[in-house]
Formats: sequence, C-alpha cells, structure tokens
Amino acid sequence: MANLFPNVDWFDLIEATGETFYMTIIALAGTLLIGILLGLLLYLSAPGGLWENKYINFITASLVNIFRAIPFVVLILLLIPFTNFLFGTFRGQDAALPALIIGSAPFYGRLVEIALREIDKGVIEAAKAMGAKTSTIIFKVLLKESLPALVSGLTVTAIALIGYTAVAGVIGAGGLGDYAYFYGFARRDFDIVFACTVLIVLLVFLFQFIGDIIANKLDKR
Amino acid sequence: MIKIEQLSKVFKTANQTVQAVDQMNLSINKGEIFGVIGYSGAGKSTFIRLINRLEEPSTGKVIIEDQEITRLNKKDLRLSRQEIGMIFQHFNLLWSRTVRENIAFPLEIAGVSKAERNARVSELIDLVGLTGKENAYPAQLSGGQKQRVGIARALANNPKVLLCDEATSALDPETTDSILALLVDINEKLGLTIILITHEMHVIQKICRNVAVMEDGRIVEQGSVLNVFSHPKQPVTKKFVEQVMGKPEDEETEELFIQHSNSGQVLKLQFIGETTHQAIISQVAKKFDVELNILQGSVKQTQAGAYGSLYLLAIGEPETINQALAFIRETSVEVEVIQHG
Ligand SMILES: Nc1ncnc2c1ncn2[C@@H]1O[C@H](COP(=O)(O)OP(=O)(O)OP(=O)(O)O)[C@@H](O)[C@H]1O
Ligand SMILES: [Mg+2]
Repeated sequence: MANLFPNVDWFDLIEATGETFYMTIIALAGTLLIGILLGLLLYLSAPGGLWENKYINFITASLVNIFRAIPFVVLILLLIPFTNFLFGTFRGQDAALPALIIGSAPFYGRLVEIALREIDKGVIEAAKAMGAKTSTIIFKVLLKESLPALVSGLTVTAIALIGYTAVAGVIGAGGLGDYAYFYGFARRDFDIVFACTVLIVLLVFLFQFIGDIIANKLDKR
Repeated sequence: MIKIEQLSKVFKTANQTVQAVDQMNLSINKGEIFGVIGYSGAGKSTFIRLINRLEEPSTGKVIIEDQEITRLNKKDLRLSRQEIGMIFQHFNLLWSRTVRENIAFPLEIAGVSKAERNARVSELIDLVGLTGKENAYPAQLSGGQKQRVGIARALANNPKVLLCDEATSALDPETTDSILALLVDINEKLGLTIILITHEMHVIQKICRNVAVMEDGRIVEQGSVLNVFSHPKQPVTKKFVEQVMGKPEDEETEELFIQHSNSGQVLKLQFIGETTHQAIISQVAKKFDVELNILQGSVKQTQAGAYGSLYLLAIGEPETINQALAFIRETSVEVEVIQHG
C-alpha cells in the first residue's frame, strides 16, 4: 500500500473523507427540506393544482430554473460575499454548505415535482371525496404515495452533491476534493489524487446502494 | 332524499365551451338504488362529481336530506363529504397502504381514535368479504378485491349516500355480479341511498329500482326500471333496453311461429314486474289438460320482479285453452293469442 501511494497520509485521507461525508449529509438534509418545499410549491400552484396560482408558480419556476442554469463553480464564486457575511470566511466545510444547498435544492425540487406529477389524480380525488384537508392530502397522500420516487431522486441528488463537494474543495472547503487539489494536484503527487478518486467513487456507490435498498423497501406497487 | 334542481355545469376551455350537464332535475328517494345510464360523454361522471362538488356547479342546487350541499363553505363541505361515500371505476386506492390502512384512511380524516378505527376496519373487512386480505397491498389484489376495498373505504364513516361512478366497468362479468350483489346487500343492511352511474343496462336491470337516461347532459327519460324497460320512448333508451333484451320480436318471427304450429295456438306471455312467474306455467299445465311448449322467450330479473316475454305453443281442446287463458289473465301476466297475420 505504502508503495502504491507513497505520498498519501492515511490520517489526512480519512479526515478528508469524513469532511466530504459531513458536507454531503448536512447539505442533503437542507436540500431535502428546501427541495420538497420547492417541489410542492411547483406542483400545488400549477394549473389544476390544489393551490393553483399563476404568480407563485411563475416565480418558483423562474427561481428554480435560474439557479439550475448557473454552473456550480460559478455559483460558489457568486456566493462568496454571502458566505463571508454569514461565516466571516468562505473557507471550510460549513461555509460550503449554503452553496451546496442552493446548488442542489432546485435540482431536487424538480425531481420532487416530477415524482408528485406521477401520482394518480384519482387517488387525490378520492381523498378529497373523503373530506380530507389539503394538509392531509399533502402529508398522507402526496408525500406518502411518491415516497419511493422521492428517495430515488434524493439518491441521484446525493451523488451530484458528492461531486459538488469536490468542486467546493478547490476553493478550500475541505474534504476529498480539497485534499486531492491542494495536496495532490498542486504538489504533483498524483497518487493522492488517485486515492481521493477511489474514495469518492466508493462513497457514490455507498449512497446509491443505500438509496436503492430504501426505495425498493418502500415501493409496494 | 336527494334533490337535484336545475343543475348545470359548463366547462370552458381555450377554444370551446362544453355544456356537460344541462339543467338537470332529479329527486332520489332515501334508501333506494338509483341508476343513471348514458353513453360515453353524456355527462354522467360530471353529474355525479357535482353531487359532492368534486366539480363546482355552474348553476343549480344539490340538496341531500335538507342540507344544501351547493351552499356549504369549504369546511362544512369537507364535513358533509365524510357522509357521502364514493367509489370509482379505477378504485383509486393508496398503493402505499395495506387493505386495513386504506379502509382506515377516511376514519383518520374524520379524526376517529385509533382503537375505534381498528374495530370499525375489522367490521368493514368482514362486511365486504375481505377476511384474510387485511395486510395485503392493493398491488396484490384482483380488481374485484380492490373494488371491495373501495366500497369498505367508502362506507367507513357510515355515509348517508354512496356515489358509484362506473364501479363495475373495469371488472369481468362474474366479478361485476359479485360487486353488484354486495351493493344490494349493503343497501339492504345499511339502508343507504346509492347513486350508480353506468353505461351498461344490465347493471341497471340487476340492482336499480329507478333509472334516469342521460344524453348530452340532459335527462331524456326517467322512471321505474320496469316502466323504462317495458315502454322505452327515446331512441337511446330503446338501444339500452336492446342491450339486455335483444331486439324485440317482430311480426315476421311471430309469423314463423304460427307456420310451424298448425297443431295448436301460439301464446305470447308478457311479464312486467311479475314475481311468481315460474309457478304460472307449471300451474297451467297441472290445472288444465293442455300441453305447453316453449318456443322462445327472454325474461330478465329486475329489482321489481321479472320483465320480459315468452312465446308458448299450447296444444289442447280450444275450450280448455280458453280456460287456461282466463286463468292466466287473473294474474298480473299479460297474455295474447298470436293469430295469423
Ligand atoms: N375537466 C373538463 N374540462 C373540459 N371538458 C370536460 C371536463 N370534464 C368533462 N368534460 C366534457 O364534458 C362532457 C361530459 O363528460 P363526462 O366525463 O361527464 O362524460 P361521461 O358520461 O362520464 O362519459 P364516460 O362514460 O366516457 O365516462 C364531455 O364532452 C367531456 O369532454
Ligand atoms: Mg365517466
């Protein structure tokens, strides 16, 4: 091992993996929350929706489209003043979180919207006919019936997020991207770049694996 | 008692307006099974969805037991919807919930406690004959079983009315019959009013007492099933009656019977709401010295008794046959002798 990766400091590598994991999980939680909100807003305010509203629909859809159009690298740079204001610095894992969440929530929001659209209209109608409140319909019908799709969507988003954390590493967010760039690429120690790549791939596999298991468990169709 | 007054629904789309329901008036008795029949696009679904305001009426009133549904605010409408059960052609079950959980859903909505919910669900599972399937998911059920879940779910909050939109149209004939039998059973047991929408006349014939025929958003004919069956007036109604009775025998068929029956007389018996018709033929055969030969016939059971006609060849002394005819005329069965045209 030591021969294959002469320059890798195993302790640093493990620490970097932990940082990537941390950023991914926290950003994923934020993405989940905001993405579900955005998705619901898009779905409910759409024509024929439970809260049909042209203006809300237009504003939400525009925001989502704009933030999805901005490449992630550019988004981080754009957000530097904002993170500076928030954290006093733009370096470090926590400072990366706003950019990670803002970068992936609109993407997940669209996936949520697609998942909700897949729900049979008849089921929503049946709930209405039973006298359900809109809140009941949202929590017990919409989110519950689309759960497998929401989980698959979250898995896809998590994997994109792992990629984003690596990009964020390049401006000093920490994690495997940071380690690969500053210790590997910058010093021309390519074994470090390679080791980081392997770990990122493993992390991606892990998320995919867990996501698939959960989605399959939930899918009773 | 349900009253529909001047009920209309106009759909406006970008390039056209559709008058889906056009000034409907209807009154439906408490505890009856009322059928609405019409071809595709007649406005049946729109009509039934207006009753619980899944579709907002353009004009007109819906009154269920003195409550004017069309005047309720959102909150009161939600509460009264809990007393209006609805079942659907495609069942509309929540696939993420088991049979038990699906049936419990309306109870959750009504805020029934968990213990009561469990007891009620068990009762309903028993009522609709789903014992053993409690923990199955809808994906693991047949169409008939899914509709049973739909019915149990619709009955959970003890509704006064049950709305059925093509409840059997996705099922095979045998399953259709079992679901219809279940509907009759709950109608008798629970005394709730059932409004049933269909495009199949045999569904009406089997379980409804009164029927309305819809065409282009309007009711073109209505009355007791027997009346509509025996004296259909509108062309649509005639077509629907032919669905189950076949084309009415024409003069030519009758002529054919006579040609082949030089040995006796051809009698045409008409049953309209007769409940004891099975006995009548054997009674005649026993009481009088005539031989009875069935030539052709079509008799259907409706909720108000049998309806249809039967051609018999009677062989015997003319005197005896006349006595037999007099006997039959004393019952509610109509009889005529078919003469050479
Ligand atoms: N949401 C809607 N928007 C516009 N037009 C509609 C809408 N719903 C129904 N219609 C129109 O209203 C008419 C009646 O439709 P409805 O679904 O009530 O017919 P139906 O008798 O139930 O037919 P089917 O037997 O095919 O279910 C049709 O012409 C249909 O195109
Ligand atoms: Mg319909």
